[in-house]
Amino acid sequence: MPVLLMGNEAIARGALEAGIRVAASYPGTPASEIMTTLMHFGPEAGVYTEWSVNEKVAVEIAAGAAYAGARALASMKQMGLNVAADAVMSLAYIGVKGGLVLVVADDPGPHSSQTEQDTRLFARFAKLPVLDPSCPREAYEMTKYAFTLSETLQLPVIVRTTTRVSHACQEVEVSAVPPRPPVPGFVKDPRWVIMPSLAARQHVWLNKQQERARTELAASPFNAAQLEGPVGVIAGGPSFFYVTEALKRLGLKLSLLKIGTPYPLPEEPVKSFLNQMERVLIVEEQEPVIEDQVISLAWRQRLAVEISGKHDGYLPREGEFNVDRVAAALARFLKLEQEEAIPAYPPPPPLPARPPLFCAGCPHRGAFYALKQAARGQEVIFTGDIGCYTLGAAPPLNAMDTCLCMGASLGLAQGLARVQPGTRLVAFIGDSTFFHAGLPPLINAVHLKVPLVVVVLDNETTAMTGHQSHPGLAGAGDQVAVEIASVARGCGVETIITADPLDLETAMAAARQALAARGPAVLIFRHPCPQVTRAATRYRVNEEACTCCQTCINELGCPALVPADGLVTINTTCTGCSLCASICPAAAIEEVV
Amino acid sequence: MDILIAGVGGQGIILASRALASAAVTAGLTVRTAETIGMAQREGSVVSHVRLGVSEAGPLIPCGAADVLLALEPAEACRNLKYLRPGGRALVSTAPVIPVLSSLGRSPYPVTDILTYLRNNLPGCRCLDALALAREAGSPRTLNLVMLGCLANFDLPFPADLLLAEALTLLPAGVHDMNRRAFELGRRALEV
Repeated sequence: MPVLLMGNEAIARGALEAGIRVAASYPGTPASEIMTTLMHFGPEAGVYTEWSVNEKVAVEIAAGAAYAGARALASMKQMGLNVAADAVMSLAYIGVKGGLVLVVADDPGPHSSQTEQDTRLFARFAKLPVLDPSCPREAYEMTKYAFTLSETLQLPVIVRTTTRVSHACQEVEVSAVPPRPPVPGFVKDPRWVIMPSLAARQHVWLNKQQERARTELAASPFNAAQLEGPVGVIAGGPSFFYVTEALKRLGLKLSLLKIGTPYPLPEEPVKSFLNQMERVLIVEEQEPVIEDQVISLAWRQRLAVEISGKHDGYLPREGEFNVDRVAAALARFLKLEQEEAIPAYPPPPPLPARPPLFCAGCPHRGAFYALKQAARGQEVIFTGDIGCYTLGAAPPLNAMDTCLCMGASLGLAQGLARVQPGTRLVAFIGDSTFFHAGLPPLINAVHLKVPLVVVVLDNETTAMTGHQSHPGLAGAGDQVAVEIASVARGCGVETIITADPLDLETAMAAARQALAARGPAVLIFRHPCPQVTRAATRYRVNEEACTCCQTCINELGCPALVPADGLVTINTTCTGCSLCASICPAAAIEEVV
Repeated sequence: MDILIAGVGGQGIILASRALASAAVTAGLTVRTAETIGMAQREGSVVSHVRLGVSEAGPLIPCGAADVLLALEPAEACRNLKYLRPGGRALVSTAPVIPVLSSLGRSPYPVTDILTYLRNNLPGCRCLDALALAREAGSPRTLNLVMLGCLANFDLPFPADLLLAEALTLLPAGVHDMNRRAFELGRRALEV
């Protein structure tokens, strides 16, 4: 009996069935649920799981287990792989003993990311084999296969998914979760100690492994051709199904080669397909990874086949694909007149813009408001970071002037401070991000005496990605909570203030104190995320007292505050944070008793 | 059967799509879904694609292919009309969720015009005040179950009871009663 699995759950299931011992991850959309699922089912199966402090540490932990011959997994989003890159690049040279699988989720669109980078390209750069599932069921099968492949090649193997595999659900036939095999144990050997002389030898080995990988992947079940004449399509990842559906919609049958193993591209199945083609269109999201390798292969083999795709503009490198985009590209490739599939409606009335923003009761709203008020009249730049609080950039708060990558709020602020000495620099960083990437730039600021205010927005969770734990919390078992204030003190910060951002008066006093500090100051705004702790109270507007000045709405932009019939009402999403009551000039907002 | 569920982050759209997908799998059907998880969940526009009984297909419903548009919010119904196939049906909850940008006066939300537009241009459109029914059931948070109850009147490829049962397994036991009521109110609201 098949079960309904989300792609990320299917990957976790595949890893459990493959006998993993250790799994480590740092949260990131669209990869987070892989670890959430492993944490749910892992302990019973004898699997050690953790949210690591960042992706680099997660990869190193999984690699350590694999050095001892255990099977291990590290999962992350595409930009997490950038953080882990140092470990991953060297690991390719050193290799592994137990199967090591890195699951990396790409986000074409992007839906929840700063970049649309292509992990298949990264795999090629790191010289690691990469599998590219087209659907959750294939993600499950590929994950199991990846562990065997990793052990055969003694290389880490990357399973690259995208949002439409990771966050898609499908029925999947699963097998039993077998008992964990024994761990062979770490054997001391110079092979684990990378030195230039060893790296030189291992580079030769790594290059040879590319050809072995190509042969192994050619024998895998993930590349398959259906022949229907001399015009064909080569497709990888979820695009395979967009092509299948688009062809059906256009009422066409073309030859179709599905590529599930984009790097290193297996030559045999591609060559034999190309040999029977006059023209092919290559359909893959993001970068032309398959396309470049197919062109190179065709050139080396002197194949007289016309190869189209991104290089001649049939398909873009940007954005997410779907059936409509692929059908349009196919129609152009085949010079067909495409019928309009969408029913024509008259133009609709204006629709309200609905970008994401802080939830009602979000403590970040108080933190940003307090800082903005306290900094009034001063020349200030607010640098921001990655998390829910990135939404502080939205109106009406407009309290974030930069956002780049994990931890960059502190580094960018220091660079700005060097060239704008008259400007006060305030860096906002979340609790989880502080541990992930905030410590080196904080130490830098202390060491070099940069007068920077670091505001740690501590909502006691990793909220944006679905409320995962982090080192600041004693989440489960015998975990130790690492205190942000103690860390800052240990780094040499002299001014350390902790305040509740929803206690507005105290919060503004704390902000003023931090802004007045001479050296680097750390201001910790601590209040739990209301999505985790449901508040017991609510607020309402006293209609007699409300002057409908809308100060609450205009200053705070809380979604619970809605203008209605000349008044303001507070809807049921209110969690009782009291911020609006604190700033109401007419004292018209009161707690519901 | 392709169903596009549209609404606002926090309305319980993922639960609705999971319940439909689980019911389909229990009924022995193949299924594909695609969900909006991540940043947009914070008060943003979200959609779930639910494709019942499809295979050899991706999780995204192509434009002009959805049999049903299940909209938990009127502006989100309008935003996603392009997915509905000619002759497709739409179920729209009429209670608006006012975005902050509209409250700030920066992005107009002509609710009445939008509802009129939907009624005038979609012959297969059924509008109902699902929020009122959810309140009647015990909480505005049961809006998603009201809408699932309505949807159960459409010829789904599995019984309504199965859909309700699958939805309840995704909810804590403490709220089962009010969600059962919400589903029932939704069902009755649309009975012909």
